[in-house]
Amino acid sequence: MTDNVNIIKLTAAETAAKIASGELTAVQVTEAHLARIEAVDEKVHAFLHVDRAGALAQARAVDEKRERGEKLGPLAGVPLALKDIFTTEGIPTTVGSKILEGWIPPYDATLTKRLKAADVVILGKTNMDEFAMGSSTENSAYGPTGNPWDLTKIPGGSGGGSSAALASFQAPLAIGTDTGGSIRQPASVTGTVGVKPTYGAVSRYGMVAFSSSLDQGGPCARTVLDAALLHEVIAGHDPLDSTSIDAPVPPVVEAARNGSVDGMRVGVVKQFRGEGYQAGVIQRFDESVALLKELGAEIVELDCPSFDLALSAYYLIAPSECSSNLARFDGLRYGRRTGDDGSHSAEEVTSLTREAGFGPEVKRRIMLGTYALSSGYYDAYYGSAQKVRTLITRDFEKAFEQVDVIVSPTTPTTAFAIGERADDPMAMYLADLCTIPTNLAGNAAMSLPCGLAPEDNLPVGLQIIAPALKDDRLYKVGAAVEAAFVERWGHPLLEEAPSL
Amino acid sequence: MTTTTDLVSYEDALASYDPVMGLEVHVELGTKTKMFCGCSTELGAEPNSQTCPTCLGMPGALPVVNAIGIESAIKIGLALNCEIAEWCRFARKNYFYPDMPKNFQTSQYDEPIAFDGYLDVQLEDGETFRVQIERAHMEEDTGKSLHVGGATGRIHGASHSLLDYNRAGIPLIEIVTKPIEGAGERAPEVARAYVRELRELIKALGVSEARMEQGQMRCDVNLSLRPHGREKFGTRSETKNVNSLRSVERAARFEIQRHAAVLNGGGTIIQETRHFHEDTGSTTSGRVKEEAEDYRYFPEPDLVPIAPSREWVEEIRGGLPELPLARRNRLLAEWGISANDMQSILNAGALDLIIASIDAGADAASARKWWMGELARSANESGVPIDELAITPEQVARVTELVSKGDLNDKLARQVIEGVLAGEGTPDEVVDKRGLKVVSDEGALTTAVEEAIAGNPGIADKIRGGKVAAAGALVGAVMKATRGQADAARVKELILEQLGVSEG
Repeated sequence: MTDNVNIIKLTAAETAAKIASGELTAVQVTEAHLARIEAVDEKVHAFLHVDRAGALAQARAVDEKRERGEKLGPLAGVPLALKDIFTTEGIPTTVGSKILEGWIPPYDATLTKRLKAADVVILGKTNMDEFAMGSSTENSAYGPTGNPWDLTKIPGGSGGGSSAALASFQAPLAIGTDTGGSIRQPASVTGTVGVKPTYGAVSRYGMVAFSSSLDQGGPCARTVLDAALLHEVIAGHDPLDSTSIDAPVPPVVEAARNGSVDGMRVGVVKQFRGEGYQAGVIQRFDESVALLKELGAEIVELDCPSFDLALSAYYLIAPSECSSNLARFDGLRYGRRTGDDGSHSAEEVTSLTREAGFGPEVKRRIMLGTYALSSGYYDAYYGSAQKVRTLITRDFEKAFEQVDVIVSPTTPTTAFAIGERADDPMAMYLADLCTIPTNLAGNAAMSLPCGLAPEDNLPVGLQIIAPALKDDRLYKVGAAVEAAFVERWGHPLLEEAPSL
Repeated sequence: MTTTTDLVSYEDALASYDPVMGLEVHVELGTKTKMFCGCSTELGAEPNSQTCPTCLGMPGALPVVNAIGIESAIKIGLALNCEIAEWCRFARKNYFYPDMPKNFQTSQYDEPIAFDGYLDVQLEDGETFRVQIERAHMEEDTGKSLHVGGATGRIHGASHSLLDYNRAGIPLIEIVTKPIEGAGERAPEVARAYVRELRELIKALGVSEARMEQGQMRCDVNLSLRPHGREKFGTRSETKNVNSLRSVERAARFEIQRHAAVLNGGGTIIQETRHFHEDTGSTTSGRVKEEAEDYRYFPEPDLVPIAPSREWVEEIRGGLPELPLARRNRLLAEWGISANDMQSILNAGALDLIIASIDAGADAASARKWWMGELARSANESGVPIDELAITPEQVARVTELVSKGDLNDKLARQVIEGVLAGEGTPDEVVDKRGLKVVSDEGALTTAVEEAIAGNPGIADKIRGGKVAAAGALVGAVMKATRGQADAARVKELILEQLGVSEG
């Protein structure tokens, strides 16, 4: 019998294979992870809610299925940490906000349904920046999450709970959402893998909206193959989401199993380096580019001038959409209600509820967005930002005429200290400098580990960007890079993380 | 409402001012499901029983467009002679209100599905007035608030409010006219005729039952006055949710008189919304619009743009039914009736019923006669809308058939209709139960005629002397004797025969 320590170190692919062969039961695997959560999550605080009973029930169902000789899906019985932004019927969903404290959704998100249908075991809901607004998970109303590499550092955000759960071996799989980098930046600073699929690849139905035209759910894992397996489970057309892509899911698993960059043209964008980039990050990135060359890729220098405007455009579009999306939280139908003591009008109750229920970053963005959409300012702000968005999309289109994928650092620095940027929103926003253009254009990107920065021994992420609908290229390139690095290091990067 | 408002007489108002109107009509589409989710639109269900995460605005829920809703909007656009957009989007209209679950309404803003059309409307005297259409756009309805504890059912003074979201998300089409100028004193009549024509059109298209009394069609009357000869429009008032044709006309009329009084007194009209009161025929101030409300419209990112192909639009155009005005003009010619007769039929709401009876086999003249006579009267007396009377067009057709076969005369037919309306069964059942049948037994009739002649020798002599018209009195006597169940024409023939007189 395999002991718990060995179980939690397995990849999702290995775990699924052992459950399928009967070497492990799903209940054993789930119990091992629940024990791990019990042991370390007090320190890490990756989870907001652990659904012990639900997870074990799901695991038992998988084992029964297997006993009956039924065919199991490729991830059956594998535990997963679900970002607390997806609705789960009967399980609290807070989006990291006090305004939804105690809310039990009456319905499952499409993604939740797909996970359940694939027999993936949902361990619980992970911590996040409130309404996915942030790059450190410090904006969670329920307290910050620690980075397993150094608990005084941030695990990235908004999906810091998911990335920390992976890096601390509390789950081999996790789900994130990426509006401006909330999957990739946490993956980067925790030495894990995260993918933002093409916009529309994963249904947004039941994913609490921050910025509808940018939000995209995606897979998080410790290996490229695991991410691909999860990608295949969660992607695909959903008639409940009008913006969902009605096309076959690209062959991501096949790509992940056949990693190669031989003969590929790989772009390096001029705009993704310079001031604000940590020396160790640039060093590891340059080594990655050299590695790609060694592996047979052709490196092409690219100029994408509009990328310099991406951050500004993003901070008009995302707050504008959020100001409207978050209007529904008025305390009248669900969630928190403040001031309902008979002395206040409905309007006042709404106002008091929002005052008490939203944190400062959420309020900041609602105000920014309300302003940007106001008549008289719309053209100058929201309108101009949409034009920049078009320019960025064109720059990508031009770039992808010359290259198959683009690479960059995922984020300009390694994990910063909790509290370090909390009072400086602009500094916080810079963490998404390299990830935002992809959200604005709607194409696909991955972050995977490319080493530790020499100056602080913290993980550095390599971002790979592919054209829309070509998500498989991320996995093909990612798998090749991952294999080469693991060979060079002699082990996966996470082996170097402290044991907690 | 005891509020008094200064008014000037309608004639005086029109002597000084020229009214300009804008009419905004909301039509609830008759789709089976809501605009952006699969919930039922059936009326009268338990509050909040027809809701789901999407129409309740639950976190994470998303809209999906109802294709029938789009098709209905295109139908309306085409029938209003509008251009149909090749590409358009929904937009979010942002404002907080408890009956709106998302605190934004999914609507259309600067990209309506239909624009630049017109509708010809007919006034009482048959004259046609062309109303220019600015746009027709799609949006969703809000829920309903029930304010409890206040005096007037309005939020002011209420202790609490109840919310029913069954209506939230029901598809609406908003049809907006361009400013209606040049109607002069007939402006209120034009407003009424426009709303009626639009209602007929919507019903003919089959996209909604457009029952104003049930709120399926609601009209906002925007009105301003300007002194004769001036180009620039005056400040307008917006009278909201006027719910009957008569009220549309009265609201316009009242506002003309009220505006004129304010302007004559040297005052200025405040741009505000106003409420119309059916009981007094007056309007009162709603909320003042100090500045244009800022709805922060932006394109709805949760929905993809709508790009109806030209082929689809043409297919829809090809499938449009005959439109009401064209149909009325055709029927006018076919039936050989006057414009006034047609107006009366319209006013009685009987046109579709007459046509349905004709479709069921009645001849046009009889169908008109019964619907506009007996049945219109009955509807009037009982206060029931004519199309809700307990008789079907098919049953009316059956009655006319019995008359034309000679089984019933008009008097008996009236009794049959009375029986059907009273719930005694179908026309045939009423005939059986009441024993209503024309007496066609020649022997019995002949005896009755002989008795009548014998009983009225004076009249018989007059007839023998050539005064054929006097036969009426004898016919009456025979009809009385047969309790009305004889065929009067045959009775007259028999009388003349027996007295040896010929009609010619």
